[in-house]
Amino acid sequence: MTDTTEEKHEYWRWAENNWRDESIDWRSGDVVSAGVDVGSVSSQAVVMVDGKLYAWSSMRTGSNSPDSARNAMSWALEGTGMQVEDIHFAVGTGYGRVNVPFAHKTITEIHCHARGGNFMYGDRVRTILDMGGQDCKAIRCDARGKVVAFQMNDKCAAGTGRGMEVFADLLHVPIHEVGPMSLKVEKEPPPVSSTCVVFAKTEASGLLRQGWPKEKVLAAYCAAMSHRVFNLLERVGVEREFAITGGIAKNPGVVTRMEKELGYESLKSDIDSQIAGALGGALFGHVLEKKKRAEGKA
Amino acid sequence: MITAGIDMGAKNVKVVVLRDGEVIGRAMKAAGFEAAETARQVLEAALKEAGVTRSAVQKLVATGAGREDAPDQDSNLTEVGCVSRAATHLVPEVRTVIDVGAEEGRAIRCGDHGKVVDFAINEKCAAGSGAFTEAMARALEVSIDELGPLSLKSTKAIPMNAQCAVFAESEVVSMIHSNVAKPDMARSVHDAIASRIISMVRKVGYTPPLMLVGGLARNVGFVDSLKRGLEIDDLHIPDNPEFCAALGAALAAAADA
Amino acid sequence: MLAHHGYEDGSGRFYITVDTDLCNGCEDCLKVCPAEVLEMVEEDPVDDRMVAAVTELQRKRIKYACNPCKPSGYTSLPCVTACEPNALSHSW
Repeated sequence: MTDTTEEKHEYWRWAENNWRDESIDWRSGDVVSAGVDVGSVSSQAVVMVDGKLYAWSSMRTGSNSPDSARNAMSWALEGTGMQVEDIHFAVGTGYGRVNVPFAHKTITEIHCHARGGNFMYGDRVRTILDMGGQDCKAIRCDARGKVVAFQMNDKCAAGTGRGMEVFADLLHVPIHEVGPMSLKVEKEPPPVSSTCVVFAKTEASGLLRQGWPKEKVLAAYCAAMSHRVFNLLERVGVEREFAITGGIAKNPGVVTRMEKELGYESLKSDIDSQIAGALGGALFGHVLEKKKRAEGKA
Repeated sequence: MITAGIDMGAKNVKVVVLRDGEVIGRAMKAAGFEAAETARQVLEAALKEAGVTRSAVQKLVATGAGREDAPDQDSNLTEVGCVSRAATHLVPEVRTVIDVGAEEGRAIRCGDHGKVVDFAINEKCAAGSGAFTEAMARALEVSIDELGPLSLKSTKAIPMNAQCAVFAESEVVSMIHSNVAKPDMARSVHDAIASRIISMVRKVGYTPPLMLVGGLARNVGFVDSLKRGLEIDDLHIPDNPEFCAALGAALAAAADA
Repeated sequence: MLAHHGYEDGSGRFYITVDTDLCNGCEDCLKVCPAEVLEMVEEDPVDDRMVAAVTELQRKRIKYACNPCKPSGYTSLPCVTACEPNALSHSW
């Protein structure tokens, strides 16, 4: 299929991924656990063997939740020889968690993100900011990844991936380029004044008409977004160390500006920032399976 | 006495020219990015329709989101006061007014002569304003004028989960994928915004009679959802509902001059 | 754990906060709420203790849901009053 100028470009489409640790032999593992995070925008599946990260996938949710969970899991398990039935304890989380047909338990995203964040960023992390597809969460946790305080916004698109997608679409910039482009300004422009994505879009159109280059408009929007998210953090308070999960952690335009406002850097991880929720789910699955066996109910 | 009111709305600039309590000129235009310049043009058009010159206007009061920037004004007032004043001027018994414009939604409880008793505003959020129905019309691929009548053909109520215009658009898209009938989706849209407006009405305390003003008053689907939600058969909708704030400003100018 | 249930958008910050360390699971707040805003949920996935929380459905529209209990000049809220351990508060 060739790209023509008439063809509808999907600027919002971000890369879907899967990954596997070939060095782990799951068949000789004791506890196989999994977490599936079905969000409004994206779905992730994570498989762990004895609490070690084994395989994961991250993809667009699509319009059918039960299928999303199954698809994400199949893709994570691709090439492993493992079937869903081989998983001892699967946890469903996220907006569509009731639609994970093979889950043994559902757990809210807050608890999963705290545990997942603790795994990804280490036991020094105390504040986790997750910017998902259609929500934004601020979580304070302790050294074991147990939640101390949280707040979750899933009412308003400001500060969410969808909000960013709207702008990528408006400016015809592929979503993964939005961050880098927004940093290519000599001087930081004033942020767009509207929190509301719809009104910010109108404002941005006006700025473009005034001759603002795309980079400047993106800078203004990323600045507004990071400021909005910063306000969200106020409710739970920020304690170091601080980490960002979710798709927007991959947007340096927002991350850099947040770090500037904080005055220090956020922790980084080698593990894909979008799988934090599913990873936490898999960790809970591991703990709950061990608990089940210890109580003799296996 | 001749006065004028300019409503510098977020989307449209409206002007009303009043002589002794009667509207003699009226004009409206999209504000665009040069709202002050547009306001000048709209004022000129309204004066032309009224058949009077600018110097004949004794006082000019501005209102609306951009009221500070209205050119040539003697003073400005908030929309809440102007809308109440206009509503009770048109129908003196009115005690509750709903005003839904392009970017804001308001519920006002008023007393005699439009004295504001209490009000609730939904601002800076597209979901409580005309911007919501516009975005939904786009998602449903119908014109904003078709959206209302379309929803009246609905046979089923489908509550909408999303409370944000952006998320509602995604919800509409997945409803389309699930082959939900278009009229039912249209009704869902109007029920959603009506529910938010009604909650504001309940906050200020609903007291009949009710008047609905602002651009969204022209949307028959929204009116239907409002009536159903409030469990009423009737409400007042003036001719030219989008001009109410401007009318109120012109009336305030007359009262003050 | 301080659980802040609600949202903030252009028009303000709307949260009902439940201090789950104080909540004793009595469910009195659920009983007095006229708008079905509250429910009981697991405090932590690894134990069985239940605490009060805002339902998923109402969390997104908490401002609208709670409006009937908040006319101008209101002095108290049924849910806050009903909570003996003072675990519940509203941010607006």
